[in-house]
Amino acid sequence: MSNAETTRTPFDPAVLFKASFLAVVAIFVLVPLLATLLGGFKSLGELRVNPFGLPRHWEWQNYADILFSARYWQLLRNSLIISTLTVTLTLIVASMAAFTFAHIKFYGSSMLLSYLTLGLLFPAATAVLPLFIKVRDLGLLDTYLGVALPQVAFSLAMSVLLLRRFFKDIPYELLEAALVDGCSYIKFFRYVTLPLSRPILATVGTITFVNSWNAYLLPLVMLNTDALYPWPLGIMVYQGEYSSEWHLILAFITLTILPTIILFLLAQKHIVAGLTAGAVKG
Amino acid sequence: MEPRIASSPAMGVAETSFSPLAVRGPSWDGRFTVLILFLPPALLLFTLFVVLPIGEAAWYSAFNWNGFGRPANWIGFDNYRFVLETRAFWLALRNNGLIIAVSLAIQLPLALTLALMLAERFRGAVALRMLFFMPYILAEIATGLIFSFVYDGDYGLVASIWRTFGAEPPHLLASTDTAMLAVLIVIVWKYFGFHMMLFIAALQGLDKSLIEAARIDGATRSQTLRHVVIPLLYPTIRLSVFFAIVGSLQLFDLVMPLTRGGPADSSNTMVSFLYNNGISRMRVGYGSAIGVILFAICVTFAFTYKRWFMRDE
Repeated sequence: MSNAETTRTPFDPAVLFKASFLAVVAIFVLVPLLATLLGGFKSLGELRVNPFGLPRHWEWQNYADILFSARYWQLLRNSLIISTLTVTLTLIVASMAAFTFAHIKFYGSSMLLSYLTLGLLFPAATAVLPLFIKVRDLGLLDTYLGVALPQVAFSLAMSVLLLRRFFKDIPYELLEAALVDGCSYIKFFRYVTLPLSRPILATVGTITFVNSWNAYLLPLVMLNTDALYPWPLGIMVYQGEYSSEWHLILAFITLTILPTIILFLLAQKHIVAGLTAGAVKG
Repeated sequence: MEPRIASSPAMGVAETSFSPLAVRGPSWDGRFTVLILFLPPALLLFTLFVVLPIGEAAWYSAFNWNGFGRPANWIGFDNYRFVLETRAFWLALRNNGLIIAVSLAIQLPLALTLALMLAERFRGAVALRMLFFMPYILAEIATGLIFSFVYDGDYGLVASIWRTFGAEPPHLLASTDTAMLAVLIVIVWKYFGFHMMLFIAALQGLDKSLIEAARIDGATRSQTLRHVVIPLLYPTIRLSVFFAIVGSLQLFDLVMPLTRGGPADSSNTMVSFLYNNGISRMRVGYGSAIGVILFAICVTFAFTYKRWFMRDE
């Protein structure tokens, strides 16, 4: 048991190893991010000779130009519209389906549930060409809905599973009592289930939002007009235009990932729970 | 107190008082209404945008078709033959294999080691967890762009390090020898934090008494780790492997800003190969054949893996 005692002393080699290992990984993670943030404050010439350090002259202009451009805000606005549409529709449609699967026994219920979970097995990319043709035939090409509806469809499997598990934990006696008191299933859903399920709704909403906010392939295939592009598409166009003016591109990247990082810091509990929850209990 | 009928469209109406006098037991009526109102939207969306396109991909893959008009030029299984005869397809498949190998050989041990270190409570543990998890929530597009700067031969970080040693900086992403290696490093950077979080969640759910019992019985730290903690983590390890493989088969966004699958197809994944050869050229039949192959790989893998390794979960 001498091991346990030595861990307390400051010169334990194990502790030293652990600290230096963590430090190396932290540097590996941080350096690209910090270099991106700082690179946006440098001039192109300085970036070339000094990509790591603090800028000698802080070029606020790079960031200011982007922040005052209509382009940046339009990209964020498009992304926000698509993500909000996706999250709202996913929460409504998935919670309704999850409620049915959780509280109503009917013939074929488990079969239908496994049918929905088929969506977990393959990526959206496999059928993206037929999906494109379907969206085109529905007249939704080059619209926000043309991106949002397929995103909702693909997020349903995970959302229904997570919501259903939570709904099932709501005591059955509560439903029974409500029904005896003349409350309908639909009212129970609206006034009991949903208010009680705020944590899981927040979690599902956050995962769906992050996925939709970061999505690239679906909007790339469904949208043709620059004015409708969400930011991942817009930033690729921007990079194409300013191909080697890295100081501008770095400033643009920083400003576009800023909302994600702010959201992460505000809602880290839900994000971590959501992104690992389906996994751990799945 | 009028008796309310369950099927009245009262959903949106702000009506909070439940009538206590209208006593009704759980009736088939109310359930039926829920069934026909609540289930169809999900089933419809899912069928229309997820299931049908897969079936249509199988159908379209038998045609030589550019997506306009109706598919008419039936060519049977030729598209599959064309795919299998393309060198780039096998390169993409090899690259997906490489990604899986790196995930298993480097990312997973790294994630597990970090989880074991950070699952304990000490000052800064939570901050480090969050820091390591952060790359996972960044958009793959942004990550790819950040690293195309890191690797840039003129302005990038790697070039700068090279120059301090007086060497000519390499253009890592522009060479067929190094492009895939560069992509693999970014993959580890982006995803190890996710796997670490899986392990931390599992470690925190472990039964502490088993570990204490082993310690009391005289097991050393490393013995406890090897014979108690790691075996208890097997389900999570299997899950982590599952995600690594599924994730590799979906990888696309990250590759586009880095290399677009190039140079000379050397860093394509299955999906970027599908994009470059099917989608961007509107070769619907050919692209659908690639999609069907990818679908078959995913589904076969998922079922086999679940049957062999995750039977008890």
